[in-house]
Amino acid sequence: MAAGIALRMRARSEQATAATTESPLTRWLLIGTALGFLAVFLFLPLVLVFVYAFGQGISAYLAAFAEPDARTAIRLTLITAAIAVPVNTAFGVAAAWAIAKFEFKGKNLLITLVDLPFAVSPVIAGLIFVLLFGARGWFGPWLHAHDIRIIFATPGIVLATLFVTFPFVARELIPLMQAQGTEEEQSALTLGATGWQTFWRVTLPNIKWGLIYGVILCNARAMGEFGAVSVVSGHIRGQTNTMPLHIEILYNDYQFAAAFAVASLLAFLAVITLVVKSFVEWKSARTHAAVERESQGGGSS
Amino acid sequence: MSHGIAWKQRSVLPGFGLSMGLTLLYLALLVLIPLAGLVLFTGTWITLAEFWDKAVADPRVLASYRLSFGASLIAASLNGVFGLIVAWVLVRYRFPGKRFIDAIVDLPFALPTAVSGIALTTLYARTGWVGRWLDPLGIQVAYAWPGIVIALTLIGLPFVVRTVQPALEDLDHEIEEASASLGATRWQTFRRVILPTVFPALLTGFAMAFARAIGEFGSVYFIAGNMPMKTEIAPLLIIIKLEQFDYVGATGIGVVMLVAAFVLLLVINLLQWWSRRYQA
Repeated sequence: MAAGIALRMRARSEQATAATTESPLTRWLLIGTALGFLAVFLFLPLVLVFVYAFGQGISAYLAAFAEPDARTAIRLTLITAAIAVPVNTAFGVAAAWAIAKFEFKGKNLLITLVDLPFAVSPVIAGLIFVLLFGARGWFGPWLHAHDIRIIFATPGIVLATLFVTFPFVARELIPLMQAQGTEEEQSALTLGATGWQTFWRVTLPNIKWGLIYGVILCNARAMGEFGAVSVVSGHIRGQTNTMPLHIEILYNDYQFAAAFAVASLLAFLAVITLVVKSFVEWKSARTHAAVERESQGGGSS
Repeated sequence: MSHGIAWKQRSVLPGFGLSMGLTLLYLALLVLIPLAGLVLFTGTWITLAEFWDKAVADPRVLASYRLSFGASLIAASLNGVFGLIVAWVLVRYRFPGKRFIDAIVDLPFALPTAVSGIALTTLYARTGWVGRWLDPLGIQVAYAWPGIVIALTLIGLPFVVRTVQPALEDLDHEIEEASASLGATRWQTFRRVILPTVFPALLTGFAMAFARAIGEFGSVYFIAGNMPMKTEIAPLLIIIKLEQFDYVGATGIGVVMLVAAFVLLLVINLLQWWSRRYQA
């Protein structure tokens, strides 16, 4: 399900001959079609967010964040991400270690289970927590008797966010760690390092870039999740609204400039995510090329 | 941490018990038990007759399934065609701004759906940058089903491009040269040699885009207009039922959508297996 989000570790370009490429006209026609499609579907919406956000001047832009409701929404989003991202990073690294470094039966099933939150609609992710912890859910009466609120409160929002962002770090690390194998860890252990030393000094530096990208993608999704959070939040203004839910309220109130101002923060985060991804891919392609050069040089001497 | 378990190969690396234990515990608590709860809830609290009435036979619910699956199918097909072209252009040609284009393909993964939702709605509304050109032609996109298709196309695009791209990169130039030297035109080579080779990957990307589309809520919610029987998608109907405290109705639709998602997950896994075997 998540093959698309993984970093691409190799890119190859080969010289095409006249027989294996198209006429310049076809080539430019295809490039034009691709660019036109991407412009209409991706580029225009992104540009529109910033144009509308700053359309009424910088003071109107800043005013959108001066509102108390906006501040509580931003605070709640930051709190949610501050819990969901580290927890899912820790479990993502654990899952990737177990899956990538060991051979066991049922591994493919486990990978599918880790991917499961990607396959489930965010609305259903929210629904299952309402059925568990809502007023009429399984644990509803017990929670009510003990005066614990999960649904329509911060814990529900954190739970739903944990659910939808669980696979990101693991999915990023599994292919990377599988490709790296276990030889370096084995050498470290043979030389007397403890398990933790091996992890911190050998494994972590090797997976650093993939981990950073997984964390930042997980963070973007944690801050931007709408469907699942919408179901469990109850939309209580100034209390259980996250940034995406605040955008919804502003937009439905016809406060477009303010809605796009808040949206521009999340869009900016998305752009940063893409920049980090490009940088990480460039970095890993360079390391890859350097390793290949080294091994070729070693072979010829 | 014992290493003698039969289902696992021996390894000198430590930490299997700890990492596997944590993973399974977390997975069970966060994902598996809640999902099982949904199925169990359906099994114990809802009778078959109720399930049929509320989640299958209800005309409003049926209309939402038709819309969700229909619009997702169109969107995934659009992505199949244009995603293949984008992947082809990115793998085969050099042109200015290529790196930027390659990076922006991932935008739908990173951009929150609420943001793309309000942006697309504003873009395609009657007075929007694109909508104002379509309106005189009598084409209504926002608050109608074409808007839903556009929102679903946006979120599914990277799946097709990113699954087809590696398959195109792995393609051996020699078989194309062989095809050309045997007298095939470029189009014949594409149709008979290249397309069959990348087809499993294309189909996988299509299925992923489709699966993502049927569950999507955020971006569609803004652009759809959400009129019952007309532009109301199934995930939205779940939320509406929940707001009316109709847990039975919400759960029924949820189970139908969950089963559809699981079937698609199975299909995608089979396709990936097929595609790996095909490329090997």
